[in-house]
Amino acid sequence: MSKILVIAEHDGSKLNPATAKCVACASAIPGADITVLVLAASAGAVAAQAASIAGVKRVVTLESPAFTQALAAVIAPAVVSVAGDYSHVFGPSTTFGKDLMPRIAALLGAPQISDLMAVESATRFKRPIYAGNAIVTVECQADSKVVATVRTASFEAAGAASAAAPIEALQLTAELPTHTRFVSVTAARSDRPDLQTAARVVSGGRALGSADNFKILYSLADKMGAAVGASRAAVDAGYAANEMQVGQTGKIIAPELYMAFGISGAIQHLTGIKDARTIVAVNKDPEAPIFEVADFGLVGDLFQVVPELEKLVGQKA
Amino acid sequence: MKRILVSIKRVVDYNVRIRVKPDGTGVITDGVKMSINPFDEIALEEALRIKEKGQADEVVAVSIGPADCQQQLRTALAMGADRALHVQTDAVIEPLDAARIFKALADREQAMLAILGKQAIDDDANQTGQMLAALWNRPQATFASKVEITGDKALVIREVDAGLETLEIDLPAVITADLRLNEPRYVKLPDIMKAKKKPLDTLDLAAVGVAPTERLRAVKFDPPAQRSKGVMVKDVQELVEALKRRGLA
Repeated sequence: MSKILVIAEHDGSKLNPATAKCVACASAIPGADITVLVLAASAGAVAAQAASIAGVKRVVTLESPAFTQALAAVIAPAVVSVAGDYSHVFGPSTTFGKDLMPRIAALLGAPQISDLMAVESATRFKRPIYAGNAIVTVECQADSKVVATVRTASFEAAGAASAAAPIEALQLTAELPTHTRFVSVTAARSDRPDLQTAARVVSGGRALGSADNFKILYSLADKMGAAVGASRAAVDAGYAANEMQVGQTGKIIAPELYMAFGISGAIQHLTGIKDARTIVAVNKDPEAPIFEVADFGLVGDLFQVVPELEKLVGQKA
Repeated sequence: MKRILVSIKRVVDYNVRIRVKPDGTGVITDGVKMSINPFDEIALEEALRIKEKGQADEVVAVSIGPADCQQQLRTALAMGADRALHVQTDAVIEPLDAARIFKALADREQAMLAILGKQAIDDDANQTGQMLAALWNRPQATFASKVEITGDKALVIREVDAGLETLEIDLPAVITADLRLNEPRYVKLPDIMKAKKKPLDTLDLAAVGVAPTERLRAVKFDPPAQRSKGVMVKDVQELVEALKRRGLA
């Protein structure tokens, strides 16, 4: 039997959908016995959400005011204090998990599998390397713990459980460091869907030419109920915020529909979108590599195409 | 002496098109261009800027790997690192062992700061900096896009999924560099000449007290599943019709 500990990602009140994807990944391990760990200042609401995910056997919580923000250096010792009985410790491959999980792995003396994309057995997994240009199958030792970040784009979120799993509050025994302090977070408030989980994503590249011109994409996105993403080039140029970056070093996403406007399609970008169900590319360069992966390609000027699209989408045929 | 350690990993150059060997035993690296991992270059640039502001005295470039790593260390010296440490080994070094090696060096050098690239573009692991911070029992500020040192503290702005997060950390600490932290300088010819005279010390694994362990065995390598090329549409009308057929517009 594999005892798997999944670290919940949340904002204090809402469980991040990435957690249900980690549970789905853990469920793919034969004989999985899955526990979700919630670390929070006040864990009740998040624990209840975690308990209602199908496949979760139990939820355990650790509460401390120090967990108000998710600081890896503060959380890691607390996770390690309860990780003793588990064979696998999983977290999402979001910036939360990427920051936290290696710290846990090092404290446990365990190897980490980053961006776990497929489970072959309790000890054998697949993960992408070289910006997704190669997939490596790795084998860990059966008698040692293994830590992983789960590539969320590779898994469908686990559904709702028929009956909620039991929740148990644990006593915090670990000593937490004070050398790392949260100061602030600035996030663009947005009514649009979250880029990481949106079913539809409209995305722009350097060809947009300015932050102001990105507005035509926001307008189209709002009509379609889509999130807005950007290529690295557009973010580097200051046309879009860093959290909008899609690709090897930004967000890896798997929407139903991804529409790329003025994005040439560097391999580092393509690695972030190749699990999208349908890819649309609009580019004035017919040789742009994005057309090699697009389900539908249109050679044209995005400044004409986008407004026209906005008019036509949502109309009855 | 206020010292900054910087990671310099030798990787297949950013522009090389990666191919998996037909027998699935690895990717083709023979005869391809090798470079400093781009995130490590950004890490080094940041260390140099901190030194140039008078907030550090010495920048030490560290590489772990075969003899060829010295090429990348010479480039780091040409960029402005004061000296280089080469931990020479032909063994496969997993991130946890790389972190153990850095921890040994951080202790030996009494480092005030270790700056590493947030990930290497070969294995894309994104682990070594965080693991070093854990073993060193010091703060970590990963995915940094701005670093400001004041006395024995640093304010670091991090690129996170929600936006930009600011942390205050006590030094010594580990920082991992994200893309927009800075733009690394170009190396000038006279600097390459000067770099030849800078100290580059070679150590073996025994000298840092680390015996590498194989915790993860690479069983096989496969090329990724390819998306099949779709169709070109002639205008927006046709595109919208195609999307509507899939229930997407």
